[in-house]
Amino acid sequence: MPAVQETVERVKRIDVDQYRYGFETLIDSEKAPKGLSEEIVKFISQKKNEPDWMLQWRLEAYRRWLTMQEPTWARVDYPRIDFQDLYYYAAPKPKKTVSSLDEIDPEILKTYEKLGIPLREVAMLEGVEPKVGEEDPARRKIAVDAVFDSVSVATTFKAELKKAGVIFMPISEAIREHPELVQKYLGSVVPTSDNFYATLNSAVFSDGSFVYVPPGVRCPMELSTYFRINERNTGQFERTLIIADKGSYVSYLEGCTAPQRDENQLHAAVVELVAHDDAEIKYSTVQNWYPGNSEGKGGIYNFVTKRGDCRGANSKISWTQVETGSAITWKYPSCILRGDNSRGEFYSIAISNGFQQVDSGTKMIHLGKNTSSRIISKGIAAGKSQNTYRGLVTAHRKATGARNFTACDSLLIGDKCGAHTVPYIEAKNSSATFEHEATTSKISEDVLFYCIQRGLSQEEAVGLVVNGFVKDVLQQLPMEFAVEAQKLISISLEGSVG
Amino acid sequence: MMALLEVKDLKVRVEEREILHGLTLTVNEGEVHAIMGPNGSGKSTLSHVIAGKPGYEVTDGQILFKGEDLLEMAPEERAAKGVFLAFQYPVEIPGVATMNFLRTALNAQRKARGEDEYSTPDFLKKVREVSKSLNIPQDMLKRGVNVGFSGGEKKRNEVLQMALFEPSLCILDEMDSGLDIDALRIAADGVNALRSPKRAMVVITHYQRLLNYIVPDVVHVMSRGRVVKSGGKELALELEASGYAQFEAA
Repeated sequence: MPAVQETVERVKRIDVDQYRYGFETLIDSEKAPKGLSEEIVKFISQKKNEPDWMLQWRLEAYRRWLTMQEPTWARVDYPRIDFQDLYYYAAPKPKKTVSSLDEIDPEILKTYEKLGIPLREVAMLEGVEPKVGEEDPARRKIAVDAVFDSVSVATTFKAELKKAGVIFMPISEAIREHPELVQKYLGSVVPTSDNFYATLNSAVFSDGSFVYVPPGVRCPMELSTYFRINERNTGQFERTLIIADKGSYVSYLEGCTAPQRDENQLHAAVVELVAHDDAEIKYSTVQNWYPGNSEGKGGIYNFVTKRGDCRGANSKISWTQVETGSAITWKYPSCILRGDNSRGEFYSIAISNGFQQVDSGTKMIHLGKNTSSRIISKGIAAGKSQNTYRGLVTAHRKATGARNFTACDSLLIGDKCGAHTVPYIEAKNSSATFEHEATTSKISEDVLFYCIQRGLSQEEAVGLVVNGFVKDVLQQLPMEFAVEAQKLISISLEGSVG
Repeated sequence: MMALLEVKDLKVRVEEREILHGLTLTVNEGEVHAIMGPNGSGKSTLSHVIAGKPGYEVTDGQILFKGEDLLEMAPEERAAKGVFLAFQYPVEIPGVATMNFLRTALNAQRKARGEDEYSTPDFLKKVREVSKSLNIPQDMLKRGVNVGFSGGEKKRNEVLQMALFEPSLCILDEMDSGLDIDALRIAADGVNALRSPKRAMVVITHYQRLLNYIVPDVVHVMSRGRVVKSGGKELALELEASGYAQFEAA
């Protein structure tokens, strides 16, 4: 397991409090005044040169939000957020339209370089260019959309994607260039009235990614968005919309990091996926927002609404997530299985250490006939953290032949953490078959000693056992991400034993 | 002959209870020692203390390994120096393929010794060679460590690791427990193949049966935390005939 070896090397070089992505980029930015009002919503819309329908959509969401209550049912505990004490818009200056990478602030480019994300397509062209037909798999291309605070700063490989007919651009651009698509699909999976945070997002979202894959097209490369919160006291509210038209396929990766700060930062994103007949969307996340320090100070509040709609027959949506960061996670990537024979999948690794609180899981809503879903959740709790799986599996009256398999495994490291499983299962017709398995285990002293007697250090032993525990899920990730995730897992468990 | 392992007047406690009350034992290179004794005599405690398992407090005495103070070393350091414990109940590690485990462990040991780590092809070659000589099917190496292994397979996996890591001291803790006679013979054949003038073995067992297959040079009888009698291999047969009762009184 060479990746484990590498992880271990990395782990040895860092100490508990060191968050690798904790640097701050010093750039000028333009912010809207603090607080939230109709004026701020208008300000954001104006900054984005949005058409009036978009502004009206936002205002409607804002007005609804004013009537809503913050949800309190999750097993997480945090002081009340003062929504008037946040900035809702921050954009790196200069914010004239960027037509090529050369016009981007070099500081931002450097930030992405530090994060290990190649924004420069040029770099890919240097060296030996693989000949047509003998693509080097190790240099597989990934198109990247980079979102810095509220604004998308760069999208790579646009031209190549365009050739295939794939639209991949910041959603702010899509609103202007493809209004018919945005109007048709935005809010069709997560309506503006959905929940407190999604409604807030609908009012103030500033950017995010937009993907449209036309009928019958297999997207020629992995699409990826990297989110970075840089500004202080800034909420990040990105909005992602992915549409896979009939018979198409797309794989999308999302990565997140933030600087290390003493105060908490709010991240309330909305992701909507739509899969038409015979289409497939694979959505992978490696979430590594700053989790706070070893005393539980600082860190990101990650309150995210992600939902996929298997709108067409035989469509498939698959969520894979590796959650290692954030002080608080409140996140339930879900699938609405509307089309007959559609399939939803949820593979999750949620790791909590220190004082992190995770309440995460999924919803599989079976509406169509012979729909199937599969949930594999691996929760790992260490330190003084609390880790909850919360899942809903439901079959509608007409969803005959619905099938679900759920396996929730929790692993505890140490004796000051907690793992909780809260499954909700509802079958409204008698032909549904739902299976639920759950286990909770502890890394036993005997297993650790066995590994150590064979020459592994304590940290190496924990890394090995944990990577074994999450193997089923890691296998679902695209290769590049799997390696990164494996490293993250060991790093985030650093200092959890001994 | 050089003393490989010297245990001198070792006193060990678990929580408030003293388990070993001054145990002395010397094992030379190339020798096979059997340690026999009734349940609770401290045999397994001895093996755990030599390997460095947490939870034992050494209150007095010394353990030297190749002349160095073993008790000063971390357990993984002892492994890298050549101390190998074949477990009575090898643990299962789900999701970690045996092959990966072997490679991670072997390279960790080599690295600790300042040797080059094995490259993937070199490692595969070595592991194939060793597993073939022990009649271990390749399929077993692809499965999770000990997951779903039979009792016999688990013990063979221990022998495989012993062969691969090439330790200079092998401690076999109750190797015969849970094995039928055929599985026992196969495991014992594997151990015998690893006997060498440079390697010593300490075979801990409750029954004489195992010693029919792994014939020791020296037999020790342990009772109540001490070695009460040592002798040649015939001592094991004597014990088989008369039982441990005569030593209990001592």
